[in-house]
Amino acid sequence: MSITKQDVEKIAGLANLALSEEEKECFTTQLSSIVSYIEKLNKLDTEDVLPMSHSTLSGDTLYTMREDKLVASLGQSKALANAPDGGEDHFRVPKVIG
Amino acid sequence: MDIVGLTIEKLHKAIKNKETTVTEVCQATFERIEKLNPKLNAFLNINKEKSLERAKTLDAKLKNTLDLPPLFGVTVAIKDNMCTEGITTTCGSKILENFVPPYSATAVLRLEEAGAIIVGKTNCDEFAMGSSNENSAYGVVHNPWDLTRVPGGSSGGSAAAVTADLSIVALGSDTGGSVREPASFCGIFGLKPTYGRVSRYGLVAFGSSLDQIGQFGKTTLDVAKVLSVVAGRDPNDATSSNCEVPDYLAALKSLDIKGLRVGIPKEAFGAGLNPEVKDNVEKAIKNLETLGATTVDVTLAHSEYAIADYYIIATAEASANLARFDGVRYGFRSENVKNLSDMYKYTRDLGFGAEVKRRIMLGTYVLSSGYYDAYYLKAQKVRTLIEQDFRNAFTKCDIIAMPTAPVPAFKLGEKTEDPLEMYLADIYTVTLNLAGLPGLNVPCGFSQGGLPIGCQLVAPHFQEAKLLQVANTYEQNYPNTKHLEI
Repeated sequence: MSITKQDVEKIAGLANLALSEEEKECFTTQLSSIVSYIEKLNKLDTEDVLPMSHSTLSGDTLYTMREDKLVASLGQSKALANAPDGGEDHFRVPKVIG
Repeated sequence: MDIVGLTIEKLHKAIKNKETTVTEVCQATFERIEKLNPKLNAFLNINKEKSLERAKTLDAKLKNTLDLPPLFGVTVAIKDNMCTEGITTTCGSKILENFVPPYSATAVLRLEEAGAIIVGKTNCDEFAMGSSNENSAYGVVHNPWDLTRVPGGSSGGSAAAVTADLSIVALGSDTGGSVREPASFCGIFGLKPTYGRVSRYGLVAFGSSLDQIGQFGKTTLDVAKVLSVVAGRDPNDATSSNCEVPDYLAALKSLDIKGLRVGIPKEAFGAGLNPEVKDNVEKAIKNLETLGATTVDVTLAHSEYAIADYYIIATAEASANLARFDGVRYGFRSENVKNLSDMYKYTRDLGFGAEVKRRIMLGTYVLSSGYYDAYYLKAQKVRTLIEQDFRNAFTKCDIIAMPTAPVPAFKLGEKTEDPLEMYLADIYTVTLNLAGLPGLNVPCGFSQGGLPIGCQLVAPHFQEAKLLQVANTYEQNYPNTKHLEI
């Protein structure tokens, strides 16, 4: 299936990316070629095959949850220290409602 | 102290014989980094002052040289997608240009507890997305064997650092081959452990069901020593395994591989494989036979679907993982925007590079309504088939041997125009990430042009000890003696 510029615009919207016109053109061509390549999977009959999300995770007892024990967290000042626009106890973002 | 060719074993011997100190080794290391990094661009951030201070402390604390901590004084380079408390961690991206992590990755903490010195953070493809290190926002890394060629990626900086003796060992991350392929291009050992063997806590996520922290070294023994320290359960990573960590160093004591069954997948030796790589890998397999191993033919019938499968699964996971970079909590934020939605969009457009955006786009597409079943679900099913191929193969053999990469290191700029062609560099490595299996690059020769070639050994889940034992036996009998000059 080929990807159109409208598809690229729709996907960019879903992915929160403000693409330039040039990027839109470029991705339309490149994604079309990648998508036609990945469609080779359709040659395989997977009717009776179960999907796999993790390699050794499913049904494996070696992976378990940790004990539900209270441990110290980072703390507010450390967690906020990298915010591009932060105050003492908050992040600041542009207006949400116009 | 000459640090060229320095290994953990040699360092510890010299310290025990009082021939050197950690401080001396550290100073020599930074002198070398300052001299060579401008040529290689392997490091994005050099941790000089703290390292020299730590070296002094380690020297002062050292009383009993008979019982050194496992990585005492060992210089380590860390790929810049692993969090290091107080040291900038950029992931090779503009979007994290000023990010200083408030905590360290578990693997990094374990190295430090074992006495290692973090000399710096290494260059990588942006968010580990790439096979040549040309996708870094901070410039390409040059291959120490030939500065006009790529070091491989995405952990290109770590591989180049170890190769050029800018650190004794290094950590990288491997989502589709990002440790093994650069190890192959640079002629060093590079291990991707079993999924879940090493904690991913503090490793900035790319493809969460594929990511694993790997180890680079100039010898199998160095790789084994680092793995021994970083492997094992971590309560902070629910996917880290409880499977017992065996004594890897004990496994290396045996140099006997008589009766070892080596599986040879014919799919990995067909069209697309460079003849010089083929010859050298086949020679390595012959050498294993000389040492007493037997070869058996195995089939990895779904290999030809691996790249397609991988690029659906990896990009789907990446598009979800990278949604967190929105200019709110950390990193770059676009200025002069009207509202919150625009801030997200422009921050991400300006902050991410082309390859990262391309993968976010592809991942978003394969997960989007109407396409999820056709692409993502389909890919998860094919993933099962790829894993089954390996399960079947391992009923007939103990390990599998095949090339790590289809070609030796290519020229800078050679594959940047066509993303799909670049993806094919990972053709032999991605299957292991999909199946969760451990794989090790073993340097096995050079092309006529003097470029390193690697053979990839693969073992069943959690059998890193077997991989390391076979690699060490090979290395001791067929050592790599070619001298690197930069």
